[in-house]
Amino acid sequence: MTRTITLTLNGKKRTDTVEPRLLLIHYLRETAGLTGPHIGCETSLCGACTVHVDGKAIKSCTMFAVQADGREVLTIEGLAANGKLDPMQEAFWNEHALQCGFCTPGMIMTAKQIVERNPNPTDEEIRDGIEGNLCRCTGYQHIVKAVRAAAAAKA
Amino acid sequence: MATTTTTKTETLVGKRIRRREDPRLITGTATYVDDIQMPGMHHACIVRSPHGAAKIRSINIKPALDFPGVAAVFTGRDTEKVGPVPCGASLPGLRVPHHHILAIDRVYYIGHPVAVVVATDRYVARDAAEAIEVEYEPLPAVTDPEKALAPGAPAVHPEWPDNVAFNYHQDGGDIEKAFKEAEVVLKQRITSQRLIPTSMETRGVVAEWHPGDRALTLYSSTQVPHLVRTLVAQMLGLEENRLRAVAPEVGGGFGSKIQIYAEEALMGFVAMKIGKPVKWIESRRESFQCTIHGRGHVDYYEIAAKRDGTVLGIKLKLIQDIGAFHELLTPVIPTLSVLMMPGLYSCQNIRADIVGVFTNCMATDAYRGAGRPEATHGIERMMDVLAAELKMDPAELRRKNFISNEAFPYATATGLLYDSGNYAAPLDKALELADYKKLREDQKKARAEGRLMGIGLSTYGEICAIGPSPATPAGGWESATVKIEPSGTVTVMTGVSPHGQGEETTFAQIAADELGVGLDDVLVAHGDTAVVQYGIGTFGSRATAIGGTAMYFAIQELKEKIKKYGAMMLETEDVSFADGACIDNKTGKSVSLKQIAGAAYRALKLPPNTEPGLVATYFWEPPNFTFPFGAHIVVTEVEKETGAIEIKRYVAVDDCGKIINPLIVEGQVHGGVVQGLGQALWEQAVYDDNGQLVTGELMDYAVPRAANIPWIETGHTVTPSPVNPLGVKGVGEAGTIGASPAVVNSVVDALSPLGVRHIDMPMTPEKIWNLIQQGGKA
Repeated sequence: MTRTITLTLNGKKRTDTVEPRLLLIHYLRETAGLTGPHIGCETSLCGACTVHVDGKAIKSCTMFAVQADGREVLTIEGLAANGKLDPMQEAFWNEHALQCGFCTPGMIMTAKQIVERNPNPTDEEIRDGIEGNLCRCTGYQHIVKAVRAAAAAKA
Repeated sequence: MATTTTTKTETLVGKRIRRREDPRLITGTATYVDDIQMPGMHHACIVRSPHGAAKIRSINIKPALDFPGVAAVFTGRDTEKVGPVPCGASLPGLRVPHHHILAIDRVYYIGHPVAVVVATDRYVARDAAEAIEVEYEPLPAVTDPEKALAPGAPAVHPEWPDNVAFNYHQDGGDIEKAFKEAEVVLKQRITSQRLIPTSMETRGVVAEWHPGDRALTLYSSTQVPHLVRTLVAQMLGLEENRLRAVAPEVGGGFGSKIQIYAEEALMGFVAMKIGKPVKWIESRRESFQCTIHGRGHVDYYEIAAKRDGTVLGIKLKLIQDIGAFHELLTPVIPTLSVLMMPGLYSCQNIRADIVGVFTNCMATDAYRGAGRPEATHGIERMMDVLAAELKMDPAELRRKNFISNEAFPYATATGLLYDSGNYAAPLDKALELADYKKLREDQKKARAEGRLMGIGLSTYGEICAIGPSPATPAGGWESATVKIEPSGTVTVMTGVSPHGQGEETTFAQIAADELGVGLDDVLVAHGDTAVVQYGIGTFGSRATAIGGTAMYFAIQELKEKIKKYGAMMLETEDVSFADGACIDNKTGKSVSLKQIAGAAYRALKLPPNTEPGLVATYFWEPPNFTFPFGAHIVVTEVEKETGAIEIKRYVAVDDCGKIINPLIVEGQVHGGVVQGLGQALWEQAVYDDNGQLVTGELMDYAVPRAANIPWIETGHTVTPSPVNPLGVKGVGEAGTIGASPAVVNSVVDALSPLGVRHIDMPMTPEKIWNLIQQGGKA
């Protein structure tokens, strides 16, 4: 029993036949070959799998691929345009907001949403905003600085 | 050919340079183990014990084999001939249970692997694993090390009914005399609870068998690819040179990926059996159950001192929760605690007794700091207990006992030789940054208002650059090969295996400075045994101090060869090498490194007794560890009504020797401190009496989240290490080691008006609230 889904993935339409129980994260990583989003817990507690669906940051480990049918999905791979990094990616790089890098793709997708919703967030708002994304390496301080810097760069 | 213009390159060491590994990580294009796809790749799912202790009566694999897509199922009977999971320790009298890669007739802890299902699809493998019927006969379990030592406790291993894995004793100085002469003796039980390392990437293995070559490639999320090659080859009965181990991008380790795990050999076994590549990715639940845990100490301290604060002697009875089996370094870890017992203080009399205790739990092993955080927590808590008893300022008590600057190199009572130190410097700097005097005044006011404000500090030391070979189970040196390519670019192949620490950047900074080339001319390769000469790996804050030094010496050898080519090309004998060129000291004419590299590989003419090419390999054996140090100050306020702890200020001053890249050092300190905060405030692995892991998911095991964390104010002092020519010491574990005692000392200080002298970690609001309700009596 399979279903056919059509979605816009990083700006391009694609159609695939999937098992109804296939998780969106496995669809992205194994069907579409986008291994940027990672699997850290499979229980939506760590946020490593965060992508945007219709502009909202969601944890793709607890959403089925069939639920993305007809929707727009943006992953970390879709951020840089024409070889130019997104300001949030640039800020993470400048501020040393990553070490092992495993949480980073999800963290950046969440961070982007924070600034989209609130162009001038306080440190406290940034910390609350990334609370659903775990990082075990950085202690978060450089991530807070990066989000702050990216927000300032856009202002 | 020769030119007279040379451009002076800017020195890169010491600069805040953003990392060169980041472009792939921020764009999602890095390759972690789970990102590897191969034609015909199968997926493995492991059936694990749901019991803490049980006999296996029977295993019925047939229902799994009936699933379409299942290629094979293996149980302990199939893998019996695979060598045991290795323990690298060799303490006298150490009991080492035979650690099969799959359980055979008995399971010893929750998550103990029992069978493996291999299928064409990840989902099918999981479905089929669920269908396997294992009949268990549950047995009584024991998960608390003190209970395990009590008479009549269930035996983890029936052959050793006392549950003792080993006893270890160490004496230094004259402890009897010290306690006889003491004016004050204080005792305290201090625990350092079991922690779960929780790297964001769980473990994972991809194994690929090449039958024609009889060769196995093992991609594993590991900190030690070369040790994986040697030891997994042994387990599988393969010649070592037929096994290629690759650590691809590794998503954190913190010590939990130094071990050689059952699953690494198991995937090799499976790939060889089915003749197809196979992938196993650990689920988070498996990771909590089956990747090593850290700490697990119950420590009984006694400290002897004079009334003026002079510490005369320290006794420690250390009960180490081992778990059911040893992993690679398990029994070694508490011996590191003993080495670090006296901390930064000139106390020359110690006695330590360790008892390692088997429990029906996952093995403990190296977790960030590995033995040194426990020791530092112990001595730094005892210093505060003593300060409170003597009504001395804790900073003054520490200062009084510091090893003096003139005493270095300093031989400790535990047999170490501290390389260099200026212990008052980071303490003074931290006191100044925090404005300690004013804080104490604020505290008086707060107390007058009935608020519970605390100021805590720790002055910590650690053993880094682990370590000289005699002190390690697997060799403590490190290796580097440096190649100047024909075009003049530089390739460094390092035996260390970075997984977030940034050595692709820091090593390139050092190499670029030494060779006078640009940062982008240097490529740092690591983690693939088919590419890199044998190495040891990344752990114990050793990568830059030992691996960086090996690279430094390889470059010095290369420079000699470069100068020979330079002299030949400039037709002189008096040359020097600087800023990426050889210069004729008489005429000032020069040839660039690029020109020299071209000539060395073209080899139309060779200098006397010189080979073509520009490659050097260096294995560096360090003569000693390095000993970084620092001081943390933490200001807290406890809410009486809820027991909640708020960290108002966090000041961390670190002395890690010379700093290669301040941006990266800052990141290491932040991350380390937050892991220490995790232990102090939230984290604890909890097993119930049946051996069930109660904190088995991220829902129950509280790792720090961004909103819980204070702003960390950092500072540095620089006391170079004389052990290596770079002057570096190491910084990967420092933050964690300094943090937990500073936080606990702060909260104890806050509650001291209630008569509180000690609080065990984690200091949950419930625990603190109860303490307040009971008027400070635990």
